[in-house]
Amino acid sequence: MAKRIDVSGLTAYYGAHKAIEDISMTVEPRSVTAFIGPSGCGKSTFLRTLNRMHEVTPGGRVEGKVLLDSEDLYGAGVDPVAVRREVGMVFQRPNPFPTMSIFDNVAAGLRLNGNYKKSELADIVEKSLRGANLWNEVKDRLNKPGAGLSGGQQQRLCIARAIAVEPKVLLMDEPCSALDPISTLAIEDLMGKLKEQFTIVIVTHNMQQAARVSDRTAFFNLAGMGQPGRLVELDDTERIFSNPSVQATEDYISGRFG
Amino acid sequence: MSTAAIADKRSSSLRGASLPKWSPYAIALGSLALAILIGTLGGLHSRIQWGLIAGILFILGTYGISARVEGRRQAKDRVATSLVWVAFLLAVVPLVSLVWTTAQRGVKVLDVYFLTHSMGVVADTEPGGGIYHAIIGTLQQVGLATLIGAPIGVLTAIYLVEYGRGRLAQAITFFVDVMTGIPSIVAGLFILSLMLIFKLQPFGFAGSLALAILMMPVVVRSTEEMLKLVPNELREASLALGVPKWRTILKVVLPTSIGGITTGIVLSVARIAGETAPVLLLVFGNPFINNNPFEGAQASLPLYIYQQYANSAGSGAAYDRAWAASLTLIAFVMILNLGARGIARWKAPR
Amino acid sequence: MDISTHKTHAGAPAPTPQPAATRTTQRKHAARGAARGAARGTTRPGDRIFLGLSRGAGILLLLTMAAIAVFLTYRASLAISQDHGNFLTTFEWNTNQQQPVFGIAVLAFGTVVSSIIAMVVAVPVAVAIALFLTHYAPRRLSGPISYVIDLLAAVPSIVYGLWGALILVPHMNGLFGWLNDYLGWTGVFSWEGGAPRSMLTVGILLAIMILPIITNVSREVFRQVPRMHEEAALALGATRWEVIRMSVLPFGRSGVISASMLGLGRALGETMAVATVLSPSFLIKASLLDPGGGTFAQNIASKFSEATEFGRDALIASGLVLFVITLLVNGAARLIIARRKEYSGANA
Repeated sequence: MAKRIDVSGLTAYYGAHKAIEDISMTVEPRSVTAFIGPSGCGKSTFLRTLNRMHEVTPGGRVEGKVLLDSEDLYGAGVDPVAVRREVGMVFQRPNPFPTMSIFDNVAAGLRLNGNYKKSELADIVEKSLRGANLWNEVKDRLNKPGAGLSGGQQQRLCIARAIAVEPKVLLMDEPCSALDPISTLAIEDLMGKLKEQFTIVIVTHNMQQAARVSDRTAFFNLAGMGQPGRLVELDDTERIFSNPSVQATEDYISGRFG
Repeated sequence: MSTAAIADKRSSSLRGASLPKWSPYAIALGSLALAILIGTLGGLHSRIQWGLIAGILFILGTYGISARVEGRRQAKDRVATSLVWVAFLLAVVPLVSLVWTTAQRGVKVLDVYFLTHSMGVVADTEPGGGIYHAIIGTLQQVGLATLIGAPIGVLTAIYLVEYGRGRLAQAITFFVDVMTGIPSIVAGLFILSLMLIFKLQPFGFAGSLALAILMMPVVVRSTEEMLKLVPNELREASLALGVPKWRTILKVVLPTSIGGITTGIVLSVARIAGETAPVLLLVFGNPFINNNPFEGAQASLPLYIYQQYANSAGSGAAYDRAWAASLTLIAFVMILNLGARGIARWKAPR
Repeated sequence: MDISTHKTHAGAPAPTPQPAATRTTQRKHAARGAARGAARGTTRPGDRIFLGLSRGAGILLLLTMAAIAVFLTYRASLAISQDHGNFLTTFEWNTNQQQPVFGIAVLAFGTVVSSIIAMVVAVPVAVAIALFLTHYAPRRLSGPISYVIDLLAAVPSIVYGLWGALILVPHMNGLFGWLNDYLGWTGVFSWEGGAPRSMLTVGILLAIMILPIITNVSREVFRQVPRMHEEAALALGATRWEVIRMSVLPFGRSGVISASMLGLGRALGETMAVATVLSPSFLIKASLLDPGGGTFAQNIASKFSEATEFGRDALIASGLVLFVITLLVNGAARLIIARRKEYSGANA
């Protein structure tokens, strides 16, 4: 059920400002692809173009193609709402719905998409929470508000919420940057498990994390302040971290800049 | 388990059937045409009814068509969108009508003569006369109210922000909240009860007292907000230089926030300038010019509008004067509002 | 060391840099120190005078509130003790006769009914407009419209009253006829064809009047909904309406409630807009369309000019009831908001 993403010639704008330029790449299904690069290089912007969240920002605009198993997300007549159901997203800061219980948070996406029987809903919620390695911690308090959990638990709740609707792709925008090391570890473990089922794309500032969790790594860079970000290279993670083909990548990874 | 079931319940394609971009306009036109048809055939005369029917048809049509083509969720979204638009347009009608009518009818008799003459011996049903006496009354009553209300309000806010801890401050905060909710006529009745006890006849200053009561909580609230915006570092810097607290407040805190405080005061002046009820009870109204707010009944602009309306027995001349006075009052309040915004922008910390 | 000495004993420079964390306690100390110092007479006269002035102003404000309650109650008791009817249940207001008979039943009914109509009409529309301004309208449009609505909130109620009496009332005929034709059988919407100066017209005018206030406050609340809550819903594949239902409305609920209460307070106490539009009578009618009824504030304004001293006391008594009602509404609003805050987790 995981799908392949083919990006070609993608450029994104904020109003008149060009944030990323002419990016082409392929993201393989059932794998973790990490985006790394210095701040402001547009990796988060690029991530948000993959489920049409970029255009939600005022002034946000996209040119180019993003094929999800040969179907263009930006093609005529494509409903962005349907796209976001296929391509789920987890954000930098955990954002459970503050007024909903843990159960309702996980069920939120399902309730949007159709009529489920109560037992059916309970099954999927349990499965998703297990999938997010959270079930054992919350099974006794499913009716408590999600905002009462710790930061790491909230983030896993958000992952459970995202996978409950069974998307084809899961985008993660620096999912661990607001978390402590133990919660980070829990989420990294989880990613290894999730990639059996989903195509995962993760943006991270933490190069060790990219090296630990990803199969392939893409390095983004920008020529200078105010310049659009570009994809420098995309390769197997092992190669990127041991023997990159571009000098800039090596400089960045060895800590010479960024 | 139910992966297959879930997959079935979702459309497999990203390309759901969707209505073309022009469809809302088409549905709007269609329902308008249908409403006109129903209106003429059914012999409904009121255009407002036509509009209501068109609005209902539009919402029903949108839901029906969208639900059929795009599915229920999209239909709900479209209905919500059209409801929001309809609500907005519905609300615009009376509000625009209010401003437009006042402007259009107000300019009829509004001229220099109108602004510089009192009603004097002009009967309410006859044309002629003006609002000079009412302007004098409003300016004096509101001015005196501001002289009382603004300093007390600002000082109270200073106490709450700079000194206030403990029971007294809590009580004041609570009762300022309570006071904000007092209807203007109750403030009027309070002063009236004092006048009954001291056997006083109506006079301008009595109205000022009631207006000051209405003004104080508003000034306290807005001043408090502004004082809280002054960073503590500024206060500490001054105190650390050995400047006494009261001079710190006067020389550092107040000058920093003076723009916001003035804005709040001007807005509260604009609010009490339009108050009618307490003036009706305490100042009573007077067709002649009375320049002494401490003795004898006075007029005021809002009260003048009410009395021209109420005592006119349907006379067109009196209505014209009421509209002209309304326009003057709105202009006065708007100028104060715009002025307050100007002050806020001009004095805003850069 | 005693920080307060530095602050209150003027002239002594504070030698140590003061860490930010203790700032609040310092201010507390300074304030208390000043107060204590004033009592002992050791501070500068300037500080003493200034503290005295500002505290005096606060105390004056409290005394005013107390005086309002005391004097209204005193004058009201003078009137009520002479009432030959039941003050709460009598359907009559005759204060100028030998044996005065007056009661607030009709006024209480009319005040509540007109305010309920105003809220039922105004709150949904105001929320819709606030949503329109924050989530639907093109940005170029929403700025100027918000500005105009801000200004409309400042239009004096007497102008709404004049407009209501001369423009709105004639336009209600069509709606009234229609309501009577289709809903007349309910009794609530039956119409004998009199001038539409009735409770329904009053309620609608009050709704128009409080619309800008409720819209303004709700708009501010909706604007503060954190972007990440909305994005959470969007990323799940929610439509715009579903985003509003899942994140905007739950977050804004307490704000909308307090905005509504603000509007309700205005509607309950509004005098001139009701006095100009309503043709009053001391009857409670089932129909909202037939003229008649009254509200506290309207009754005070229309009965005032011909009232004797006793009549004025009676009006003060009815004003006292209005005062208590508005206090209760404000208190309830505060309670609701305080409780909502605990549950919403909006600050989490």
